[in-house]
Amino acid sequence: MSTLTPMQIFVLLSLIKVALVIAIMLGAVTYTVLLERKVVGRIQNRWGPSRVGPFGLLQTAIDGAKLFLKEDMIPSHVNRALYLAAPLIALVCALLSIAVVPFGAPLFIHGVNLFQITDINVGLLFILGVTSIGVYGIALSGWASNNKYSLLGSVRATAQMVSYELALGLSLVGVVLRARSLSLREIVASQSAHGALSWNAFGGFQFIAFFVYLIAAYAETNRSPFDLVEAESELTGGYHTEYSSVKFAMFFMAEYANMITVSCVASLLFFGGASSPFGHLFPVFGGRIVQAALPVFWFVSKVFFFLFLYIWVRGTLPRFRYDQLMAFGWKFLLPIAMANILITSLVYAFHG
Amino acid sequence: MQLAFFFIFAGLAVAGALSFLLQRHPINSALSLVVVMLSLAVLYWSLGAEFLAAAQVIVYSGAVMVLFVFVIMLLNAGEELRTRGSKAAYIAGFPGAAAIFCLLTFVFISHKTPLGYAHPGVLNAAAGEGSSNIAQISTLLFRDLLLPFEVTSILILVAILGAVVLARKEQ
Repeated sequence: MSTLTPMQIFVLLSLIKVALVIAIMLGAVTYTVLLERKVVGRIQNRWGPSRVGPFGLLQTAIDGAKLFLKEDMIPSHVNRALYLAAPLIALVCALLSIAVVPFGAPLFIHGVNLFQITDINVGLLFILGVTSIGVYGIALSGWASNNKYSLLGSVRATAQMVSYELALGLSLVGVVLRARSLSLREIVASQSAHGALSWNAFGGFQFIAFFVYLIAAYAETNRSPFDLVEAESELTGGYHTEYSSVKFAMFFMAEYANMITVSCVASLLFFGGASSPFGHLFPVFGGRIVQAALPVFWFVSKVFFFLFLYIWVRGTLPRFRYDQLMAFGWKFLLPIAMANILITSLVYAFHG
Repeated sequence: MQLAFFFIFAGLAVAGALSFLLQRHPINSALSLVVVMLSLAVLYWSLGAEFLAAAQVIVYSGAVMVLFVFVIMLLNAGEELRTRGSKAAYIAGFPGAAAIFCLLTFVFISHKTPLGYAHPGVLNAAAGEGSSNIAQISTLLFRDLLLPFEVTSILILVAILGAVVLARKEQ
């Protein structure tokens, strides 16, 4: 067998990683939809999907196949180029930010980290930037559809996302101050000293930032209780009213991919990422494989917890009114996030 | 590869700028401007200024341009008519633009050595370990250039207050 140069190994391993992560991400999207339907079903005292496959496990796969096989209609008075580009922008931006998320403890093979596609020193800003580009997908879809309901939905969405982006960004500053870095791996490393006690949400005293982040992120992903964007009773369907078939599926996948990204970021920044909640309490056990798989297990359980919380909130809380939404974002979340930055930086200036 | 990146994205930026000027629909112009901003961000990135690139994406493409697109959507602005433009623009504009271009080229070429060369992608390696881009920028902004920075922020604050006063409804 001929030997490969380090560059070839790097490219090959990176391609495999990217393909695997995209496959896992899309699989996770599929099963998040199923989880949501099941959990919301139980909250509303009914079964949820239970007929397709054992326990309804194949329901979303079949739904996806159905969406992809449907006729792809383009209404006649749309702005064609932007109408076609909008779902692509939404989906690409939703999938892109997973590239900087570390899924497990760093494990290097031939200089390539197996559990992270790439570690860049401004990883956190990368995620924020990609999220802010994702707004275009929603804004343009509503405008290009040439439909007043779509336009209203996307105007609502854009205003909401621009407003809550501020609180979202500001809530992360406290975490960055503690980690002294914008690299996600180093932010995780800064919380790994004493297990759950040194996580930002508990021992790092960033719980205010955590709640601000969580609320702002729910608004940012247009999820309940901030889902005015697709308020069925007022807007028929919201920004994707005129979309059908694959393009509708793209918006749908983008929404759930964004949920997963938010859950990943929440667990990375506030719940210690892939580190164990017990810290170094227990002796090291198992072989190398168990040791490599355990952080991934912790990370996935944290992400699962946040996804469950998303669904739980959706099943529990009623929708905000629009003026309440704006007042809450600007007059409550933003000042609290700023106060948190001030207090955190004062504490670090005097004790850090 | 850095050179290839430069030519691709510099070309994209120029094409975006031209399309920004020539498009007749405001939303297409705004989107061309987004393309320009994003290609500039890639150029910064390839020069090793990651923080600047990220800030460019977040502030310009993510906030300013979204606001532009939002306003265009809200006003439902239609296609614009092509006008001849004012004569002053032709008399002063083209020679002015040419003069600025020549001046900048002259300055860059004659001050090659003090300005230094950009080595694509190796800025951090040259600055040594532990001294990241963000640290360099913050040292500059918050220590060496603190006064101009604060004065600028006060200027922006005044501008915001002025905008609020102008936009407020009469009681």
